[in-house]
Amino acid sequence: MATIKELVKREDRITGGHRLCGGCGAPIIVRHILLATESPVVTTCATGCLEVATTIYPYTAWKVPWIHSAFENAAATISGMVAAYRALKRAGKVSQDIKFLAFGGDGGTYDIGIQALSGALERGHDFLYVCYNNEAYMNTGVQRSGATPLHGATTTSPVGSVIPGKPQNRKNLTEIVAAHDAPYVAQASAGNFRDLNKKAEKAFAIEGPCFINVLSPCPLGWICDSSKTVEICKLAADTCFWPLYEVEHGEYRLTYKPREKKPVEEYLKTQGRFRHILRDESKKLLQELQDEVDRQWERLLKKCGEA
Amino acid sequence: MPQLLALEGNEAVAQAMRQIDPDVVAAYPITPQTEVVQKFSEFVHNGEVKTEYVPVESEHSALSACIGAAAAGARVMTATCANGLALMWEMVYIAASLRLPVVMSIANRALSGNINIHCDHSDSMGCRDAGWIQLYGEDAQEAYDNLIQAVRIAEASRLPVMNCYDGFFVSHAVEGVQLEDDEAVKRFVGEYTPAYSLLDLDHPITIGPLDLQDFYFEHKRTELEAYGPARQNIIEVGKQFGEAFGRSYGLVEPFMLEDADLALVALGSTAGTAKDIAAQLRRDGRKTGVLKIRAFRPFPGDEIADALSRRKAVAVLDRSATFGAPFGPVYTEVTSALYRAGAHVPVAGYLYGLGGREVRPEHLVKVFDDLDEVASVGAPAETRFLGLRE
Repeated sequence: MATIKELVKREDRITGGHRLCGGCGAPIIVRHILLATESPVVTTCATGCLEVATTIYPYTAWKVPWIHSAFENAAATISGMVAAYRALKRAGKVSQDIKFLAFGGDGGTYDIGIQALSGALERGHDFLYVCYNNEAYMNTGVQRSGATPLHGATTTSPVGSVIPGKPQNRKNLTEIVAAHDAPYVAQASAGNFRDLNKKAEKAFAIEGPCFINVLSPCPLGWICDSSKTVEICKLAADTCFWPLYEVEHGEYRLTYKPREKKPVEEYLKTQGRFRHILRDESKKLLQELQDEVDRQWERLLKKCGEA
Repeated sequence: MPQLLALEGNEAVAQAMRQIDPDVVAAYPITPQTEVVQKFSEFVHNGEVKTEYVPVESEHSALSACIGAAAAGARVMTATCANGLALMWEMVYIAASLRLPVVMSIANRALSGNINIHCDHSDSMGCRDAGWIQLYGEDAQEAYDNLIQAVRIAEASRLPVMNCYDGFFVSHAVEGVQLEDDEAVKRFVGEYTPAYSLLDLDHPITIGPLDLQDFYFEHKRTELEAYGPARQNIIEVGKQFGEAFGRSYGLVEPFMLEDADLALVALGSTAGTAKDIAAQLRRDGRKTGVLKIRAFRPFPGDEIADALSRRKAVAVLDRSATFGAPFGPVYTEVTSALYRAGAHVPVAGYLYGLGGREVRPEHLVKVFDDLDEVASVGAPAETRFLGLRE
């Protein structure tokens, strides 16, 4: 594992000057993923905040070769890239060892992109897929996604007088990917750099389709303080709202266990998208969310042998 | 050694793919293209090709993977038709605008609804605006020949190419096909040197950026400029194919047209039937001829106007409809070319063969009979139908 001393000496392969919002988790995630390997990296990005804000013609923030083709197909695009690499390497036209990296938001990964991801996982291509999960279709104006938490407010699941936010629970995509028997699957966050970096380093070293689902706060969509990204991620882990764990060749391991499990309210109160749940008259909604977090946490603890 | 073999169209296409041995094939099966993919899978599993074969989970992913592979500098092929092509529609435009020389065979089949697995041209005609070069082959030999040429045309033009041939009528009909020598085909297609590649680590590039109001228009303009050279490449490669293998190709194929009074315009297998009928009617003293359009994109308007402007009457056969327009796409583009050339030829439009409805010799005889009338009274204002039960 590279030490922090070693990491700070490595060159950043994404530059500043892109147009992502202050406090956005995505560029933090990208930086730390790219720092996790010294190999050459070739990247693809699904349509979304990251893609759009880093490549407004004639500018690009990417110092690595990079392609965006469409929204739902980062995993299919990278499947083709990896296939080409294998063919050309075999033909002696390419000699370097190259790492292949795909980025997709929760939109392009949980929902419209899930088919392509599932197919790529089943075919077993050698790449790392990183989902920067800000829990809604942020780029187009904060519409709900399959990753939006229960009762979360979005522009297509607004807090109305009849329905308060999203009525459905969120998908557990990390588990869906684990069920594909991918060799390395992990959940991380933009707030715990070391954990994210270690997971990425592991993933780059493991052959086959690896996946990291990374919580990525969105100050605009979550209605939170843009200077509190790291703090919010830490609360997500401490309330078990977004557990940090990995599944390496089918073995579950918790990479962070809160010393003291905090009530989910501590996390929710940092964000305006949950404001309606914290009202006195919404105790039932808050309890539903707490119960759901607890249920998932117990399940995970059992899998990690920590129950 | 070249061999004369009894092959179905799909098989001939798969053989061409084997001989070319592309770097990557990402494909999904759909009737009536399926045998292309199945046959090619056999080659892969028997180690007869070195191709990286990606058995994708949908057509959208097929073309997405092809785009990723082509952007990484590989020679790439795939095949589909009908709803498979429709499913990859957004990627069809993207492949062309990223200037990637993907070669895709299309076993022309009717677009749903309703679902129909048989031949018509609604699929490839439906994306005629997308920027792919489109070649239409008349039979299995042409499906094979066109595929080989498509690789050179695509790579010289930096544009993707559709190799179209009629579903079932060509894809599944057994014919005598001259399969050229493996080495000769390899020599003809040559090595591929991509214009750019994601794997060129010394020159990292960003492909597919956000292109806003201030630059998109200029970029699309440059895309429009690609089709003049593409036209030339089709002609040049067609000539070289003739020199290498004895069968030359161009943008269009005129048949008994030089002194014809009555001309029938068609694409695909029906052009073959039409040639038979024209020859037969010639023996009866009628001055009939056929113009087969081989390259529909880029549209050879000049060649078409030149071939047709001196006729007394022309019939254009469309194997797909443009719903909401009075005539089909081939009619619309042919008459547009004639108008631009200032030619005042009466043109009758026919819709035929949708969903695999057979077009028979007697239908085409009727077309020529109609043209006798059209020559004197002018063209009908509405589409006529061939082989339709009214």
